[in-house]
Amino acid sequence: MKKLITLTVNGKSHEVAVEPNETLTDTLRYRLGLTGTKKGCEVGDCGSCTVVMDGKPVNSCLVLAMQAAGRTIETIEGMETEKGLHPLQEAFVEKGAIQCGFCSPGMILSGKSLLEKNPNPSEAEIRGAISGNLCRCTGYQKIVEAIQSVKSE
Amino acid sequence: MYYTEGLPVPETPSPGETPGPWERTDVVGKPRPRVDAYERVSGTAVYPSDIVLPRMLYGAILRCPHPHAQVKKVDTTAAEAPPRVRAVIGPGDPKTDLPWSFRDVKTTLFPKTCRFEGEPVAAVAAETLYQAWDAAGAVRVDYKVLPHVSDERRALEKDAPKVHENGNKLKTDTYSRGDVEKGFFEADVVLEQHYRTEAEVHTPLELHGCVANWDGDVLTIWESTQGVYAVQSRVAEVLGLPLSKVRVIGHYMGGGFGSKLQTSRYSIVAALLAKKTGRPVKSFLPREATFLAMGNRPPSNMTLKAGVKKDGTLTALSFTCLGTGGAYPAGGTSLVDWQIRDLYLCPHVRTECTDVYINAGPARPFRAPGHPQCSWALEQMLDALAEAIGMDPVALRLKNVPDYSQGREGNPPYTTTGLKQCFKEGARRFGWEKARRKTAGQEKKGHLRRGVGMAGSVWFVGGGGPPSTVILKLFSDGSANLNMGASDIGTGTKTVMAMVAAEELGLRPEMIRIEHADTGTTQYATPSGGSKTVPTEAPTVRDAAVQVKRRLLQMAAEEMDLPVEDLRYTGDDIVSRSRPDRRIRIVDISGLKRQGVVVGVGHRGPNPEKKTVNPFCAQFCEVEVNTRTGELRILRFLSTNESGRVMNRLTFDSQVIGGVTMGIGLAATEMRILDANRTGKMVNRNWHDYKLPTSLDVPADIVGVPIEMPDAEANISGAKGLGEPVTIPTAAAVANAVYDAVGIRITESPINPLKLSSLLEQQKKEG
Repeated sequence: MKKLITLTVNGKSHEVAVEPNETLTDTLRYRLGLTGTKKGCEVGDCGSCTVVMDGKPVNSCLVLAMQAAGRTIETIEGMETEKGLHPLQEAFVEKGAIQCGFCSPGMILSGKSLLEKNPNPSEAEIRGAISGNLCRCTGYQKIVEAIQSVKSE
Repeated sequence: MYYTEGLPVPETPSPGETPGPWERTDVVGKPRPRVDAYERVSGTAVYPSDIVLPRMLYGAILRCPHPHAQVKKVDTTAAEAPPRVRAVIGPGDPKTDLPWSFRDVKTTLFPKTCRFEGEPVAAVAAETLYQAWDAAGAVRVDYKVLPHVSDERRALEKDAPKVHENGNKLKTDTYSRGDVEKGFFEADVVLEQHYRTEAEVHTPLELHGCVANWDGDVLTIWESTQGVYAVQSRVAEVLGLPLSKVRVIGHYMGGGFGSKLQTSRYSIVAALLAKKTGRPVKSFLPREATFLAMGNRPPSNMTLKAGVKKDGTLTALSFTCLGTGGAYPAGGTSLVDWQIRDLYLCPHVRTECTDVYINAGPARPFRAPGHPQCSWALEQMLDALAEAIGMDPVALRLKNVPDYSQGREGNPPYTTTGLKQCFKEGARRFGWEKARRKTAGQEKKGHLRRGVGMAGSVWFVGGGGPPSTVILKLFSDGSANLNMGASDIGTGTKTVMAMVAAEELGLRPEMIRIEHADTGTTQYATPSGGSKTVPTEAPTVRDAAVQVKRRLLQMAAEEMDLPVEDLRYTGDDIVSRSRPDRRIRIVDISGLKRQGVVVGVGHRGPNPEKKTVNPFCAQFCEVEVNTRTGELRILRFLSTNESGRVMNRLTFDSQVIGGVTMGIGLAATEMRILDANRTGKMVNRNWHDYKLPTSLDVPADIVGVPIEMPDAEANISGAKGLGEPVTIPTAAAVANAVYDAVGIRITESPINPLKLSSLLEQQKKEG
């Protein structure tokens, strides 16, 4: 039985009817069309589906849509403003912290979430913060450098 | 305007004349962010797995849970019962159970005998993803479980269960030159060692899958693939369609590493489900299924015997390998002996590679197929030989660097080989000698031991080649559109091609829009793999740009009433050589304005005759072993690469760091585990149990050093491949560093704490 819930996504409120077993990943991707949240494993191993829920990065595949009812969600689509890309997104571009780009939305949200809590993280803290986000292409170094470059700004 | 005003542009060769190497470059070779970076960081890039079409259904494929079983009966009644299931297809129906083959071994889409865990048994299409999986789970299958063999080392035993009726041996390939017995007789030291590398699984972040849609008799497939034309041809062949009626699109794709070079059964299944329902069908595999059925780097069981003289001259190499491509012919020992044949000077070489069947998923090319495995054996052996004759490992390698390909018929020279420079410059930049002295003299009492190691490599191909066609359109305002069929699998192909066109035309790269990877609208290209995309496509793009310039010069000559030979294309305008006051701006050429566009069609020229084009690499690393816990920390890596001209320094570095990271996976974390004794099933079919290197497992200090050597013969861009060479020597360099640290030769991958601690314990006992 579907149930109507309210989600606040990227500052906008949405009413959506969701199945009890529906993951937040699928609600975002298929009901709200926010396909920037990627699907890599559906069991919380890869971090491709990372979104920020009430200020904390979560694997949205491990969150049921119903658990997200009433909460505030931030996805990659919410990072760009009228002023342009978020400085962290810009840093990913400039540092070459992207290859295929599939892990990038999750990486960026994990990085952003870290910087909000800890504006001046050490390299070890950065590596720890993205250790739940797998990347098969880039080898992480440029990603770490991108996050580091924003902290120093 | 759109031109890089004031920057020089290469001379335009006359018609029929081949462009020479760029003498200087203003765009090519510089670090440049990706042309599609915005899409990739903003979430707006639409990957095939993001496609949603109106009225789209979801497909799910039920897969065999046993490594070897006969499908006796498939009952789809229950699956068809739930509301909103729109189609179920399975074995036995000639309309949907179509012939399929792995090389020359025939089977079907839903085979009666499943030879590996994960073979398709039936498929469904339903209104939602969840309903599709529920319905697939409701298909009742009566299996007769057959005995299995899941370890290639047992596949040739007398009583081993047979994967195919004619037995488990697929083939033995042999190669020989000189007389190895003579070579061993001439040697001062002969060593023999067995090595093994475990199977690795590609697991790109984006799942394998596609969306299929029919418009009448025209099929469109959005697929996460390395080659849209490869998918087009196989789908057309299996479904009996003309190529013109199969359109495959793959603009973005989330990684492949070789596992998305070929067409899979799921694409045919999605097309059949779409046909049956008259609606688009999206079918992506669950991650588990990709571990089972979407390829792997096969395990390699290698024995290497090598002879060396006291002065470091290699005299003989004798190599055997037992490998497996899984349940079907899939290159289980493909290229695994190549570096034995080609990397170091050696007059007497013999190799023998046996490929056997086992009940496991078929292999697929995995970043430099065969090479990292061979490197694991050869480069550890060279270290052992160096130690035995009291020579530095770098010096031993330098003693044996060839300038021609020994493994190829007729011994063609390499157009360039920077292997020597890779070793020398790598050693210098790494501080090799000092680091070796330091680790040799370290206090052996502490539990943290440092070690340094190195290894070299050659990649079998990497020169690219024909065919490729691209179309470059220069619009009347001076912006351009580049149309090419090649996929950008994440390596930055689109960016490099925009840079090439920009360099040649004097255009700002951001003024070039790229259309690519669509068989309906872009030109033919072979799949992006083999480290051949840049050396194939960059010369093709340059050729197209030259065609555009020639056409513009022709138009300007007519308009200015001057002979075309007198005109020079400068980028922003066209100038008379004899009367420099006579010039016309490109965008003012009336022919261009009238036509609206000037089109250049570029083709990839042939590779040089009687020479071979190959990239080379050497890597150096430092590790720290905790002798109490068996933990291995990799502290730093340096990779010197001779890959011809560096096209984009930013993407060059990304490839190096990524390749080293993947090599660290082979060295230290990754292994497919099959429960060979009992069930034959894969037990670590997820990223929790199958360990990819994470941000915590790789060093912060991975440095790429390009060894640029002008290569006018390779192709008109001077570029050679990079993506695969960078991952070949990594694992061997780590193993050599571990030996340097603790004196234990780890001949079987991966070097994880479990293995290392038990070997350290053994070492302690044996004193």
